[in-house]
Amino acid sequence: MSQVPLSESPERLASQSPAPAGVRRPDRRRDLHVRGLRLAVWEWGDETAPPILFAHGGFDFAGTLDGFAPLLADAGWRVVCWDQRGHGDSEHAELYSWDADMRDMLAVLDSVTFDPVVAMGHSKGGAILTQLIQAVPHRFRSFVNIDGLPSTLPPKDVQDHERTRMLARDLAGWLDHRSRAAEATRKPGTIEELAKRRQRMNPRLSIEWLSYLVTIGARQDEDGWRWKIDPSLRMGGFGPWRQNWALERLASLPVPLLGIIATVPEEMGWLLTAETLLPWLPAGARLEAPPDTGHFVHIERPREIADLVLDFLR
Amino acid sequence: MSVRHLVHGRIQLALHMLQDAPGRPLLLLHGLGERSPEDVPAALASWTGPVCALDFTGHGESSVSRGGGYTCEMMMADADTALRELGEATVVGRGLGAYVALLLSGARATQVRGAILCDGIGLAGGGSQPGSPQVVTVPENGPAVPDPFAMAELTRDARPPDYATAYVHQALEFSGLEAPICICCVERPSWIEGVAQEPGVCESSLEAALQRYAAI
Repeated sequence: MSQVPLSESPERLASQSPAPAGVRRPDRRRDLHVRGLRLAVWEWGDETAPPILFAHGGFDFAGTLDGFAPLLADAGWRVVCWDQRGHGDSEHAELYSWDADMRDMLAVLDSVTFDPVVAMGHSKGGAILTQLIQAVPHRFRSFVNIDGLPSTLPPKDVQDHERTRMLARDLAGWLDHRSRAAEATRKPGTIEELAKRRQRMNPRLSIEWLSYLVTIGARQDEDGWRWKIDPSLRMGGFGPWRQNWALERLASLPVPLLGIIATVPEEMGWLLTAETLLPWLPAGARLEAPPDTGHFVHIERPREIADLVLDFLR
Repeated sequence: MSVRHLVHGRIQLALHMLQDAPGRPLLLLHGLGERSPEDVPAALASWTGPVCALDFTGHGESSVSRGGGYTCEMMMADADTALRELGEATVVGRGLGAYVALLLSGARATQVRGAILCDGIGLAGGGSQPGSPQVVTVPENGPAVPDPFAMAELTRDARPPDYATAYVHQALEFSGLEAPICICCVERPSWIEGVAQEPGVCESSLEAALQRYAAI
């Protein structure tokens, strides 16, 4: 693992587009080389402040925190987030897996401190952090999970015959996708086109915000803007993993937990409810379900969620 | 023997052509930490068609994934890359390769004309469900191949029996074969036990399995 200095200043990056009100690019960026793979690490706040390790969700990138992280930084925290492998400004990998993401996560933490830190994660980032905390509990002091707690939904009630056909479609689709992975590229477009495309998965976020995200999470090629995320990555998937494995282990979380869940179902959401989650939470856990919020609750209501977090960390 | 270099995403795969002959190819999938043999193994000598052997990612002459990320599903995609090159094949897998052969037989049921599951390293994986969470790390300066990450990650992946049997259901429904999967192994991890109880799965010697699939 090694670190190299930033080659591109945050100021230059920020100058490419006007930021919505209250939004601030990170104060620092550095590159971290983990087993030959370059990860872009971003930080808001004083370098000597107590750190919060923040893991973004799948298909997101650290820049999605430009509205939320500054609120925590201004309250005296050092927010450290990294573009996960294949996402944002980090390098595209040969392979991706939960284990690899956990390892990257720990490498980023090692580059910050070996003292216990606050962990915070959204969606898939929260889910992976849940597992990392169970793997290395001595590295964490508290945990904020934003709409990334394990789902309590039972498996879909479909007949075996139909389940077989669904899996066949999923498998063939995934293998066909893998077969095209070497040549795959993201579709180019204008900033507005990319923003509208992203709005299908982020329907509650404004076009103004999504357009801003394009200028961070996409690059400008000769034929238009393209999301930087590795085109070999694909939504959804299949595999042996069962949500109940993670659910049954929630109670063993050894640090104070604040869970924040969305209350309005949407495309990327996990459809969590307080009623079904409460029996699985560790003793003393706090669960918040702000009304009229979608999966990207910390982006929709940065001030309100930051206040919840700061109160929890007090 | 010649080697064909195939592309799977950012991985370069080595497909070794061990025997050139007319007919349907026999595709060999090695065990965990192994590599393709240089010649047709004696146990497969009765196969009269072409014989090919694939080095999985991180093994043999195939390239390595920086920072790991190995899953059996991704090894299935490796094997699918070889299958696309060959058109259709009978697949014989050892250990890890046996589990991958099962997955491929379900996912590409019309192209896999019989999957033969044999003993070998990495047959059991991590068992029916995951153990306690851990961060898998490996020494920084060890040998590059077989990739230590592959060795670590592919020995701890969960292989629930009902996940394995879902692939059997697909192979049976879509292959058109009466018995698309044949078990030839002595070791009986829980996923093999589950598979063995399904319709469409036979158990026999390796020689009998080769004869069965050579005849279709």
